[in-house]
Amino acid sequence: MKAKKKHWYDYLWIWSIIYFSLGFFNILFAWLGMIDFLLPIMLAVFGGNKFFCNHLCGRGQLYCKVGGDLKCSRNRPTPKWMASKWFRYGFLIFFFAMFGNMVFQTALVANGAGNLREAIKLFWTFRIPWGWTYSGSIFPDWVAQFSFGFYSLMLTSLLIGLIVMIFFKPRTWCAFCPMGTMTQAICKLRNKARKQIEE
Amino acid sequence: MASKRCAAVDETICVACGACEKACPLGVIKVYKGCFAKVTKDRCVGCGKCEKVCPANSIQMESRVNV
Repeated sequence: MKAKKKHWYDYLWIWSIIYFSLGFFNILFAWLGMIDFLLPIMLAVFGGNKFFCNHLCGRGQLYCKVGGDLKCSRNRPTPKWMASKWFRYGFLIFFFAMFGNMVFQTALVANGAGNLREAIKLFWTFRIPWGWTYSGSIFPDWVAQFSFGFYSLMLTSLLIGLIVMIFFKPRTWCAFCPMGTMTQAICKLRNKARKQIEE
Repeated sequence: MASKRCAAVDETICVACGACEKACPLGVIKVYKGCFAKVTKDRCVGCGKCEKVCPANSIQMESRVNV
């Protein structure tokens, strides 16, 4: 059997490690995570595909490496409810509500109604001081506030993914990943609309 | 000679993550327009690698008699 050809994007798991490491040194690098937010949406809206999930998601590749290659996953079947529609869309709504809350906190700092909080919040609950990663910059405070909030979101989702990876299959996170759910919904709507036009 | 079994995708629960596409040694399973995975059944050898990695449990191995 011929071995599959490796592409540059098969190594994007390294990018994931770099991204999360950078957040330990300078929180402003958290903005780079916006690529993971915007690119899948753009590919789904304009390309009508999930190329990001299928090939470019460094996080999914990282779970495969750690859970599969390094055998850190128990490889048990994912519980049915975790891949069910109500849970996937429920988690999507919850995730974006939290994202909205984070944007609101950023707006408060931008308008001078709130102070910059140099901390990250894990699992939307546990506040952890993270001040060593920020000592002022040429940018206004709201830029840093967004970084702290966004990095919290990214790190929380990474940890959830790692936890479900250990207990179930390596890519169990993909079953309810909010970006995956949203892009699949966009693709389905696009295809439905296209079919209706063709008929 | 065709294998005795082949992969079958439940399109209603597939999350189109592409894990199966990566796992398939023959490249016979592909994500169709970002909606769900599709198997080229006549080329599938029924190795079960896609079933093993699927995080949504949407792939089952079926006997070719039922296909």
